[in-house]
Amino acid sequence: MALRELSSLEKYLGLKKPNKYSTQGDKKIPVLQNNNGPPLVGMVTIACHLVKEAKRPNLLGDCAESRAVVQQWLEYRVSKLDGCTKEDIKTILKDLNLYLQDKVYMAGNQFTLADTFMYYGIHPLIVDLAIQDKEQYVNVTRWFDHIQHYPGIRHHLPPVVVPRNRLYTSKHH
Amino acid sequence: KHSADHFSKLQSLSISSINGQMKLFVSEGNPHCLKVLAALEVTGVQCDVQYVNHEERVVPFLSRPALPALLLPSGLHLFSSNAICRYLFEIVGQDSSERCNQWLEWEATDLQPALLQALHMAVLHGKGSEVSKVLQGPLNYLEQSLSKGNTPYLTGEAVSVADVVLWAALYPVLSDSSLACERTSVKAWFDRGAVLHSCESAAQKVLQGKGLQGMKSYMQRQPAPQSSQSRDTQPCNSNPAEVSRAVSEEEMEAAALTWSKGLNSCPLAADRQHPILPHEGKRNLLVTSALPYVNNVPHLGNIIGCVLSADVFSRYGRLRGWNLLFVCGTDEYGTATENKAREEGLTPQQICDKYHAIHSSIYKWFQIDFDFFGRTTTEKQTEIAQDIFWRIHKHGFLIEDTVEQLRCEKCQRFLADRFVEGICPHCSYPEARGDQCDKCGRLINAVELREPQCKVCRQTPVVRSSKHLFLDLPKLEPQLEQWLEKSTSTGDWTANAKQITRSWLRDGLKPRCITRDLRWGTPVPHPDFKEKVFYVWFDAPIGYLSITANYTDKWEKWWKNPHQVELYNFMAKDNVPFHSVVFPCSLLGAQDNYTLVSHLIATEYLNYEDTKFSKSRGVGVFGDMAKDTGIPSDVWRFYLLYVRPEGQDSAFSWADMALKNNSELLNNLGNFINRAGMFVTKFFEGCVPAMELQQEDKKLLALVGWELQQYIQLMDKVKIRDALRHILNISRHGNQYIQVNEPWKKIKGGDTERQRAGTVTGVSVNIACLLSVMLLPYMPTVSQTIRDQLNAPQSCVNTMLQGTGTFVCSLSAGHRIGTVSPLFQKLEVDQIEALKKRFGGQQTTAQRASSTQPAAVPAAAAEVATSNGVDPEKAKQLTQAVTEQGEKVRALKAQKAEKAVITAEVAKLLDLKKQLALAEGKSSEPAPQKGKRK
Repeated sequence: MALRELSSLEKYLGLKKPNKYSTQGDKKIPVLQNNNGPPLVGMVTIACHLVKEAKRPNLLGDCAESRAVVQQWLEYRVSKLDGCTKEDIKTILKDLNLYLQDKVYMAGNQFTLADTFMYYGIHPLIVDLAIQDKEQYVNVTRWFDHIQHYPGIRHHLPPVVVPRNRLYTSKHH
Repeated sequence: KHSADHFSKLQSLSISSINGQMKLFVSEGNPHCLKVLAALEVTGVQCDVQYVNHEERVVPFLSRPALPALLLPSGLHLFSSNAICRYLFEIVGQDSSERCNQWLEWEATDLQPALLQALHMAVLHGKGSEVSKVLQGPLNYLEQSLSKGNTPYLTGEAVSVADVVLWAALYPVLSDSSLACERTSVKAWFDRGAVLHSCESAAQKVLQGKGLQGMKSYMQRQPAPQSSQSRDTQPCNSNPAEVSRAVSEEEMEAAALTWSKGLNSCPLAADRQHPILPHEGKRNLLVTSALPYVNNVPHLGNIIGCVLSADVFSRYGRLRGWNLLFVCGTDEYGTATENKAREEGLTPQQICDKYHAIHSSIYKWFQIDFDFFGRTTTEKQTEIAQDIFWRIHKHGFLIEDTVEQLRCEKCQRFLADRFVEGICPHCSYPEARGDQCDKCGRLINAVELREPQCKVCRQTPVVRSSKHLFLDLPKLEPQLEQWLEKSTSTGDWTANAKQITRSWLRDGLKPRCITRDLRWGTPVPHPDFKEKVFYVWFDAPIGYLSITANYTDKWEKWWKNPHQVELYNFMAKDNVPFHSVVFPCSLLGAQDNYTLVSHLIATEYLNYEDTKFSKSRGVGVFGDMAKDTGIPSDVWRFYLLYVRPEGQDSAFSWADMALKNNSELLNNLGNFINRAGMFVTKFFEGCVPAMELQQEDKKLLALVGWELQQYIQLMDKVKIRDALRHILNISRHGNQYIQVNEPWKKIKGGDTERQRAGTVTGVSVNIACLLSVMLLPYMPTVSQTIRDQLNAPQSCVNTMLQGTGTFVCSLSAGHRIGTVSPLFQKLEVDQIEALKKRFGGQQTTAQRASSTQPAAVPAAAAEVATSNGVDPEKAKQLTQAVTEQGEKVRALKAQKAEKAVITAEVAKLLDLKKQLALAEGKSSEPAPQKGKRK
């Protein structure tokens, strides 16, 4: 999974030759061999490395604050979203829905790596949502739909249909 | 006033951010706060630090409290301690390098989970010895990296954010133990001065010099971390196809071999013959469910906690071939009954008769298959309770003492604990009951309540003294501990049961009063205590014995036979102390070789929507309302078991129930079983086709076999909710298998393809048969319906759950199946909304109107049901009509009739369904149809 995301990211970044990755441990943590030193381990670490290599530093945020926010969501993705239990899903979606209420992207008004990886990570959750739930997490689905149509992002994942008109009018929570 | 405070707080926040200031929120005892305070010291960044409570929700968009949190000048919040540290370093000009990133990522994904588990063990369970085991992996990794890198700090010659973060993360365990000693590089790094001082000063602020214990109150509020062993449940957001287990050749061949064994070798289990008695050489299980109190209608929480859980396990145990007796009954003595009788103008016995019948009928509707459902107001109860009393007395475990008791002069009687309300002496909760506080959970002596009130007349009761007998628990404690040690280590006690028991022993046992100044109870036979009865806590659990005695004269073969009998007690967690400490003490004190509990299975609480079920306040859905919803008993059972509060509290939610019904039962399980059966009917004239297994089929058999094994392992350990997941996994595998192999296309192809369609259909319909067996404990009616539809031999029920699980081909080629029809119905959103309103909404008003009469609510609900045009007889006729019309439409479609003809018939069908919905009391609004599956 992580490897496919990294290769999708490479394509998005327009890196010429694809990197070769290996994995380590039960959790299949990606490893990138590095010519200038010891190998890089971990999805977030490697992704940030690729962004720098592609000379697109703005994808990591354009000021200290947004860089911190981007890193925070990247960490959230690998430590909270990955491996979350069924019980956690509701809370995660609820929180994100509230967070995204006044934002276009994860880090505010600018598309960043946080959008890419939160999108990849949340995709399986959104696929499982009933239409009714999608409407309940309307900000999440709006953001999700936006990112999945962002040029060059979706690659390895199937599109998810997000209806634009509301089918269920009653409130559930 | 509250909102004004809130407003001024918001205002001050926005002012601070306008000024470009930051604010850091931390809480005492929270290990994550150590990191940010240390980073603040190291970087020298000026920042306002505010100490708040653990539970304070500082970050507005997170529903769980998350600390530390940094309010940024822009008004954004950072809630990750690592992101905060990184930011603090960046604003003083130290950007984090790639190496640094890597350490921070490792800290968050690898070190933190282990660390949380280690702290949990050390701080909450006092198992400091476990820390080194849990942290072994991460610490070794750190040791290796440090010794290989050969630099003083993690990323080179200078301190980086990675050092600070790891240092602070490890500080609580490394400074408190000798863990670092064996790892020289880690020790050298940890002892290096630069960061250590900052960490020590941060630790002083956070832990207050109390070491690990300083984190106790924080750790108590954290969900228990999953240990690495219990992580075998799949994380739910991973694609099932992707994480599907790798299946080895051997597994496939073994699965194919089992499959080929068929049913013939298996003996038919005899039907149950009463009375069931223990047999030498068999596993003899005595299963009890906590006795429901008679004067209330049980709510869903009671049902899932006790009788339903015990029923599922008992049904499963019988399938496993164990010799099992399942008893339960109503607990009928006590003041609550006396009061109810006064209210309703009946005698206590009449009240018990009335409510016993209500309980019986509810459990019957929920298909609780008791071997015997008795009651505590019987001759046997008196006989056995008095015998136990005299034995305890003879062995010197009773003490006499004078008790101060509350008496209501207006009502002219002593007040039972739960008939006094007042302010909790421990936490000041204003509505504490005389026996226990609902808020802090502590047990209370009624006379300790501040400002006590008689619950009936609201007068202030007076304190009177009276002579009573006490069970000398301190004297019995050594025996108890010895027995507990053995029982909890060899039996399956749920974690909460062990924990609650431990905390009782830790607080020390005190003598407990066993007599009361009441009339409605088992009389105390001692001449000095005439006119008194036994306290219900002493009396009620003896009900298990007397109920068994009413079932069979040979009851002692179960209850005085600890060597042959394993006793399972099912209950909700509030009942644990009485079953693990108090009642065992009575039996130990009586010294008559009693069978004591071997497996204590306690659930957490089930909440109702977002609030609590409460017997005394009448909140929640009650047992007798469930059938008025028109939702089948099996679906209720399924959903309650799906959300069984196993390991943690859970909630009943109408919307979720509809969702689970539609997604799991209808789209997953029902869809698979129906498709498998329909293929046999449509493509093979109702006869199971010949099957020639290929690798792919064997792989599926192995996958299904593995799920079956998991199911058995979990059920053996009474993990009822977890086991249910594996049933649903099997039908998911099955659906995928059908989807990939497309038998409906292959059937139209050449010979090879047709044969392939046959194999896939045959394997699928056999999986359906296996599913019916695995479902039996959960959904007995659906389970039987599946076997009826498949015309499955009864022996399959006894075959598949033997040993570690044997998935055999029970419907072999040529077997003729019966008529297949859909198993589940969709629950429409508006239907569920209507139910939610009808039961939930009205409930709240009804409860306010008559808080002491929860029983009045179901009656009101029933009235609504009848006044809504509900007509069961008409519904029956309409069901028949809908079925016939449905068949007509299907036939027309199959004949490829003209579109207009079909449309007209479909319209008729829809109209009939609408009428049916009305007659059944469901809303008739058609809901948006989802795309139909193939």
